[in-house]
Amino acid sequence: MPSKPAISYAHITKRFGSLTAVDDVSLDIAEGEFLAIVGGSGSGKTTLLRLANRLIEVDGGTITVEGEDVRNVDPVALRRRIGYVFQAGGLFPHLSVADNIGITPKLLGAPVASIAARVDELLALVQLDRDAHRDRLPEALSGGQRQRVGVARALAAKPRIVLMDEPFGALDPLTRDALGDDYRSLHRKLGLTTVMITHDMTEAILLADRIAVMRGGKLLAQGTPAELSNSSDAYVLELLRTPRRQVERLNALLPQGGAA
Amino acid sequence: MSLFTDPRWGEALSHLPDYLGNHVRVSLAALVLGLAVSLPLAILTRNRPAPRTVLLALASIVQTVPGLALLALFYPLLLLAASVTLAWFGVSFSAFGFLPAMLALALYSMLPVLRNGITGLNGIDPALVEAAKGVGMTTRQSLIMVELPLALPVMMAGIRTAAVWVIGTATLSTPIGQSSLGNYIFAGLQTQNWVFVLFGCVASAALALAVDQLLGLIEGGLRQRSRLRSGLGAAGIAALVAATLVPTMGRSSSGYVVGAKTFAEQYVLSALMRDRLRAAGLPATTRSGLGSSVVFGALKAGDIDLYVDYSGTLWANQLHRTDIKPRAELIAELKTALAQDNIVLLGELGFENAYALVMPKKRAEALGIHTITDLAAHASTLSIAGDYEFFSRPEWAALQKAYGLSFRAQRQMQPDFMYAAVASGEVDVIAGYTSDGLIAKYDLVALDDPRHAIPPYDAILLLAPKRAGDERLQAALRPLLGKIDIATMREANLRASGNDANSSPDAVARWLWEKVGGR
Repeated sequence: MPSKPAISYAHITKRFGSLTAVDDVSLDIAEGEFLAIVGGSGSGKTTLLRLANRLIEVDGGTITVEGEDVRNVDPVALRRRIGYVFQAGGLFPHLSVADNIGITPKLLGAPVASIAARVDELLALVQLDRDAHRDRLPEALSGGQRQRVGVARALAAKPRIVLMDEPFGALDPLTRDALGDDYRSLHRKLGLTTVMITHDMTEAILLADRIAVMRGGKLLAQGTPAELSNSSDAYVLELLRTPRRQVERLNALLPQGGAA
Repeated sequence: MSLFTDPRWGEALSHLPDYLGNHVRVSLAALVLGLAVSLPLAILTRNRPAPRTVLLALASIVQTVPGLALLALFYPLLLLAASVTLAWFGVSFSAFGFLPAMLALALYSMLPVLRNGITGLNGIDPALVEAAKGVGMTTRQSLIMVELPLALPVMMAGIRTAAVWVIGTATLSTPIGQSSLGNYIFAGLQTQNWVFVLFGCVASAALALAVDQLLGLIEGGLRQRSRLRSGLGAAGIAALVAATLVPTMGRSSSGYVVGAKTFAEQYVLSALMRDRLRAAGLPATTRSGLGSSVVFGALKAGDIDLYVDYSGTLWANQLHRTDIKPRAELIAELKTALAQDNIVLLGELGFENAYALVMPKKRAEALGIHTITDLAAHASTLSIAGDYEFFSRPEWAALQKAYGLSFRAQRQMQPDFMYAAVASGEVDVIAGYTSDGLIAKYDLVALDDPRHAIPPYDAILLLAPKRAGDERLQAALRPLLGKIDIATMREANLRASGNDANSSPDAVARWLWEKVGGR
């Protein structure tokens, strides 16, 4: 890989009691890359993500973020410079949309006026109407709108790295598709490095540059969709079979669009 | 006279600013202190199951202690603490009134605050706590910006419960010297002034209800994230506190404080002495309904300036003497002993209020009982009732020893109900008071004590050490000394036990002064 890795996992192990959640995983995520980590529940994918910003601490191995060993970085400072999009938004229900989005800049001590300007900028970026949504509480938003706020909040402090924990999992297919596309273009436009957790291989293929497949705490394979299809691992091939089958069935069921 | 034109309503109302103000002051201080202790404890223990269990168990135990007992316990506890700080640091504080009441009530308020605080904090969605961490909050920022605001509605419900408990229980702080709406209830019960009892109950219930509704408004506002509702509730609370505290704020507390124990005679005598002081141009107030053991300590510490006690009571309870001396000798010895504590025994009022075994005259004659010796022969078939302290007093032990008394049953009763109980035959004998007007009213007889097991109980006027050299005070009181004979006091007590407009302690005190003032 030509550029230096934004995040590098080297021989990472994490145990919860007798359970080994992550077992000797090594993985590099290049700067500007969009990586999807795919696996079933209990595969260790979420644990791997949380280790990167020290929401949980590693038991063995070394993680570096932008070249620095995370153990040498204050965890709070680390989290403030890495964007994090939570499953189902994780918005604070007692704070308005604007306060939710502006939280990390506020923690960093940014002036009120600059936070307000940044919030407006971000609302535009995630395509939410400023006047309609700015002062609302999260409970007044739809699921898709909430997740857009979640993305805006993650981007507020202008991080170079964004971690996403099944960000679009709970949304209806149309919203999910739109939001995925919108995020993908933001990723490119802002030059972000993104690591996204998903259990949905189709979503991973459509959004990510590269895919890492996890199962039982181990990293089974990593690579572009094309590279993965050459894998010899039965589980990886099984995961790839689902989107293929879907495509075949869709092609069979739907008349080819645009044929005049 | 109609219930509504009864002048005692007016008298009750005239005490309201003082009683309500003090009630709110002690309740508010107790709640603030309770919150200041409980909330940090709830926060500290929210993730530590073992200390949390211990803490909640302790708070629950406190809750099972009856309110009156908890308040009463704090008085000797603080007396002890005050003597320790005096010995070690040379500073002392008053163990009387506000401080013990506030501390006991604060302790009482802790359980609901702790329980709801912990429940509220633990009930927060863990995903939100993780999100707080994820956006870069420190543990403290997460607590202040996310966890506490989210737990607030549940915490507020606990604060609301605590407030209602404290306001209700504060009525019990009267016997340890803290004025409260309980003054109405205690005074009313002792003098059978049902207007006062009713007034006190309604006033404290109304206060509790108002606070509950206003805090409920705040709680609802927090739940629905409506600033308007929370603001209205908070403004209501602020207005209520201001309205109740401001009227008594400017008053000087430099006047003389006349203490009174918990029975009608004491209420009348304290009102009489207060009137005498005021007539002499000395500002004076009464502090009534004080526990028998509290009142002497309060005088010694200077929390009250004067009160009337009875020679035999001090002889047994303060000097711990079990021997009996003739009246004059006992008073002389008492005077010397009290002088060592710089307490002034100004003199006797002229009557004696001794314990006496009392029964219906007709019944006594039918059984041929004239003395306690005669009674002892029948005692095993008879029942006896006494006030709340009688059976634990040395006089009772002395009586039992001297006459070999052993009754079939013994009961404790509210003093004013005893006489009616013995007259109706519900009990056979009561330990009454010789100065009580009800003895004549119910045609009862006090049995002779040929072996002098009961010491003399001359009513004596005591002054606090700091008033030892106060000539104006002593001059104002001297006209009372030796002037109140037993017949007059009995009549006064009988009047005070009535249930009409002229039976309030103030009215009886005025009547009493008219009788004895010209003597």
